[in-house]
Amino acid sequence: MDQMLSRQDLMRKIQELSFCAVELNLFLDTHPSDAQALQDYSYVLKELQQLKQNYNQKYGPLLGFGEAYVSGNYWKWVAEDEKWPWEGDMVF
Amino acid sequence: MWIYEKKLQVPVNIKRRDLKMANAIFTQFGGPNGELAAALRYLSQRVNMPTSKSKGLLNDIGTEELAHVEVIQAIIYQLTKDATPQEFIDAGLQGYYGIWDGGIFPSSPLGEPFTTAYINNVGDPIANIYENLAAEEKARATYEQLLNLTNDPDIIKPLSFLRQREIIHFQRFGELLDDLQLHKQMKTQFRVPKIYFETDSL
Repeated sequence: MDQMLSRQDLMRKIQELSFCAVELNLFLDTHPSDAQALQDYSYVLKELQQLKQNYNQKYGPLLGFGEAYVSGNYWKWVAEDEKWPWEGDMVF
Repeated sequence: MWIYEKKLQVPVNIKRRDLKMANAIFTQFGGPNGELAAALRYLSQRVNMPTSKSKGLLNDIGTEELAHVEVIQAIIYQLTKDATPQEFIDAGLQGYYGIWDGGIFPSSPLGEPFTTAYINNVGDPIANIYENLAAEEKARATYEQLLNLTNDPDIIKPLSFLRQREIIHFQRFGELLDDLQLHKQMKTQFRVPKIYFETDSL
């Protein structure tokens, strides 16, 4: 189903789930043995990894350094037709 | 180390230029209770924290604050992009234009350069956590002041999100304070550490 999402909607879902991950991460820092939070974190992580993989394959790398993969004959990280996050949504 | 992820923590898509509002929001970039101060405060303090929980929480909140710096930069960038010299004059910001033009310099709305005099990092971890609780509350109040200055929903949405994060960070720091007081084998007296004076200063 995620394959059908527009780039903007896919990014929104990644942002939403990343937010859940950050929030659960901070909660677990002060409640490291909370069973429900551990379970929720695992669930979020699995969903998030799938979405990020889809995004990377379709639109290029989200993470830099050793995490950015190479495809074709150009370093996509700095593709001139790509916006950077602070410039607003990558698609209008 | 840190790895950059090419996404904002929360979407910022501003449609209308507003230089006066951008200027006010500079306080959360380079001002006394801003996100840059928060990031540097926590990422400095984390190094000599006594427990793994405290090292982890300061590391992780400090990292989230860096993401908030980026959200603030995005808001200011989009509020000021392509502004003409006349628009700077109309907003009363010809002084800013004269020094920096469209450059987003880490400063307060009054043009004061960012300084680490806004933060502190002492050897006493509990003293540091008290500073952080106060800092989160001041940052929350600052966001409420900024929200009082605009009706633009494109600005209100990300500012409201950032305001809520201050509340969560305050909560986590409160829990950490409890934990550190237990770690010191002190009676937990949340926010009133009377025993501290009885045992340490006499």
